[in-house]
Amino acid sequence: MAALSIRNVYKRFGLVEVLKGIDLEIDSGDFTVLVGPSGCGKSTLLNIIAGLEKASAGDIEIGETLVNDIPPKDRDIAMVFQSYALYPTMTVRQNITFGMECRRVPKARQDEAVERVAKLLQIEPLLGRKPGQLSGGQRQRVAMGRALVRDPRLFLFDEPLSNLDAKLRVEMRMEIKQLHARIGSTIVYVTHDQIEAMTMATRIAVMHQGAVQQFADPDTVYHRPANLFVARFMGAPPMNTLPARLEGGDAGPVAVIGQGEDAIRLPAPPAVGREWLGKPVVLGIRPECIAEPARIFGDDPAARLVVSAPVEMTEPTGAETIVVLRIGGEKALARVAPDIRLPIGAAAPFAVDTRRICLFDPETERLIA
Amino acid sequence: MRSTRIAVYLLVTVLTAIYLLPLLVVALNSLRTTQEIFANGMIGLPRALSFGNFADAWSGLCIAEHCTGIRSYMLNSFLMTLPATILSTFFGALLGYAISLWRFRGDLWVFGLITLGVFLPEQMKLVPWVLVLRDLGLYNSVGGLILIHVVQGISFTTLFCRNYYIGIPPELVKAARIDGAGFFRIFWRIVLPLSPPILIVTIIWQFTGIWNEYLYGVTFASGEHQPVTAALIALAVTVSEAPQYGVQSAAVLIAAAPTLFVYLLGGKYFMRGLTAGAVK
Amino acid sequence: MTGVRRRLDAALPLLAIWVPVLISIVYVVGFTLYTVWISFTPSTLLPDYGWVGLRNYSAILATRNWQIAANNMAIYGFCFLLLTTALGLSLAVLIDQKLRGENVFRTIFLYPLAVSFVVTGVVWGWLLNPGIGIQKLVVGLGWTDFRFDWLVDRDRALYCIVLAGAWQASGFAMALFLAGLRSVDADLMKAAQIDGAGPLRTYRRVILPSIWPIFIAVFVILLQFAIKTFDLAMALTGGGPGIATVLPSIVVYDFMFQRGLLGRGSAAAVLLLLMLLAVLLPYAVFRRWQHVRNARNA
Repeated sequence: MAALSIRNVYKRFGLVEVLKGIDLEIDSGDFTVLVGPSGCGKSTLLNIIAGLEKASAGDIEIGETLVNDIPPKDRDIAMVFQSYALYPTMTVRQNITFGMECRRVPKARQDEAVERVAKLLQIEPLLGRKPGQLSGGQRQRVAMGRALVRDPRLFLFDEPLSNLDAKLRVEMRMEIKQLHARIGSTIVYVTHDQIEAMTMATRIAVMHQGAVQQFADPDTVYHRPANLFVARFMGAPPMNTLPARLEGGDAGPVAVIGQGEDAIRLPAPPAVGREWLGKPVVLGIRPECIAEPARIFGDDPAARLVVSAPVEMTEPTGAETIVVLRIGGEKALARVAPDIRLPIGAAAPFAVDTRRICLFDPETERLIA
Repeated sequence: MRSTRIAVYLLVTVLTAIYLLPLLVVALNSLRTTQEIFANGMIGLPRALSFGNFADAWSGLCIAEHCTGIRSYMLNSFLMTLPATILSTFFGALLGYAISLWRFRGDLWVFGLITLGVFLPEQMKLVPWVLVLRDLGLYNSVGGLILIHVVQGISFTTLFCRNYYIGIPPELVKAARIDGAGFFRIFWRIVLPLSPPILIVTIIWQFTGIWNEYLYGVTFASGEHQPVTAALIALAVTVSEAPQYGVQSAAVLIAAAPTLFVYLLGGKYFMRGLTAGAVK
Repeated sequence: MTGVRRRLDAALPLLAIWVPVLISIVYVVGFTLYTVWISFTPSTLLPDYGWVGLRNYSAILATRNWQIAANNMAIYGFCFLLLTTALGLSLAVLIDQKLRGENVFRTIFLYPLAVSFVVTGVVWGWLLNPGIGIQKLVVGLGWTDFRFDWLVDRDRALYCIVLAGAWQASGFAMALFLAGLRSVDADLMKAAQIDGAGPLRTYRRVILPSIWPIFIAVFVILLQFAIKTFDLAMALTGGGPGIATVLPSIVVYDFMFQRGLLGRGSAAAVLLLLMLLAVLLPYAVFRRWQHVRNARNA
């Protein structure tokens, strides 16, 4: 059952079109992450779902009820804000019960609900405090408590972790994911952080310039990006995108990068249409698909090819080493095991995972195979 | 280096004396007899303290043929200033909240128009007020002055409050709306509890401004209905034949006391309102 | 029932917002337009809705009262602006020297602002009265030839209003300047110190030039004060001696309520408004320009 349907939603501020026809169907129990760079319209879309802003055109349905003209309080939603938006003059307990107070829930049931949520989030000792006396992580928990206590049909999260420091962010990320697994609620979560999107989502909608670029599960978004924007936005470091030329070969099509002596020939996905033969394409390959020559990718030892490429620079991160190299003269990144020592300025052999090669149309930037 | 420091302190002390002089003169003269002031001039120490001036000023002084002192005029000023201050502050907070946090269609236009009222000279509004007060039957009454100061004050208080509320994160209001709170509940439960700093500033400024106002007071009230500022000028005219500087000084001091008291009590907020109102 | 409730819920906030808003707009816009209209009518004691074109304006501009008032306004505005800015800036720079008891000094320099113009006028009237004020004090101290009788001198009484006005408003200028001085980046002063600039040069060349927008704000606010000056002059000189110190605001009051010529008085009020606009409109344009420039730089 669709818990949330967004149909052809447009939003204009004056002459600026912020959302250009958004269509999304979100199933009950899904953890959907809207991800994109700042200004892509994701927060506006979330505000429209919440009813805090009105769409210029299009429909929003929550639980198969058209809610276009229903005020936020009657949409049966809860929202967690980036700034937490805790009421500074109320205690934690009052913050959590304020929504029930507005709905005239009897005091006894309010208390019961607060106890349940406080226990779930382990914030019982904080109930009497004011938000100003809490740490960032504690405020984050209270903000979640305020949302959870409502038991709504839909949870909306607006970049809830971006004000936390890196360590706490990782902890809270796991906690929210576990919480979702436990209570099975429907969540729409906005972030600009593609790692949050990858780690938490069951479905990811990548947004850019007011349009959804791709709406799919994390694995598909990562390995089969719908276009060059998604390829370059998801993953850190991002996917290498190298200009290439498609040629026919004995064992199927081949993508050729570079000219003459330096040219590198990589097997293209067999699914690519014959009409692309002889034409320029953009070849996409993730940095982790270029590694030290001893690496075996997956369970298919045949799906690898060793190429020689000059090394420009290495960047050890501890867990692995990022290598800047040239493939057919084009700059690319590789991720090799940390104990590999590479000579700077000289060519070295690298193994390439040929299963993971994507091809894009250089004109439309769309995935072709 | 050391000598410049001393020079700076010397200069500041001299300037302090000059700025304090008028207040000091009035305070000292309120304790001197009129004969003594005539003999030695305004500026001088009292030979003998005479507290009788205050009693005279309070309840005996003749102002334009009414020999009741400034007591009733002080009462008028309080009856005018307190309600006008509270009402204009309340409406300013309400409108400031509506414009900055609640938002409605055309709110920025409304804000621009309302704040224009801060700059318009009072003289431009005298004639319309005459007609409005006459039609409402509020001419020559404290009620009329309250109405004037509330309506006039809304321009100031809305400007002050809006500039303060603009600093409150709008997410608070969004969160409250999702929690199911409406316009008034958000105002009472979220916005007002955050407002004491700006409300104090606004109240101090409104109180001072309304108490000290003269033109409306003298135009729309006469005789015993006048606020104390208008009465002071009438007093100056009345006694110009036979000056009673001692008593007059006491009257001036009494009339200035409420705003001076408020200023000393809330000087920090006074300064804050001044820079907030002027620089923004 | 719930339909009625919901409609009420929606209507009440609208009512709470729009009733005061409409009153306020009628007050700001309606009252102004009404006075402008009256200025084109032959109204005397009561509004009279005929049409006399610009006759009230030409009549007002031809009166000696207005001519003196306009002349006084120019002199008073200029002197008041100069003296108050100079005093306010000096006070701000002095207080900026990290004085001990800064708060006390600031409180003292600013207190005149909390006092009504009427009180200021009455008290300065006494101090400047040659028979009992400063002149009497100095003469009494032995300098028998000392004369300080500006208040009763036709040609100099106006400067008494300047003095009293500057006494009252310089604290205001000080507060604005002080806020500006305190907002100057501390690194700027360190850089000037390393460059070898003394304190005076640092102020003159580095600090004051960097707070020039504050100067403009102070000028505009003070000019606005000056144009609206009414209470102070009424309490200090009452426009006298004779009509030597009338100001436009006094002329307005005089025509409206002493002579009962609402049309003429309104015309004078509109002229007063035009003076204000001559100051405020350029400032609004300037602020707009500043805003656009900042937005572009950011």
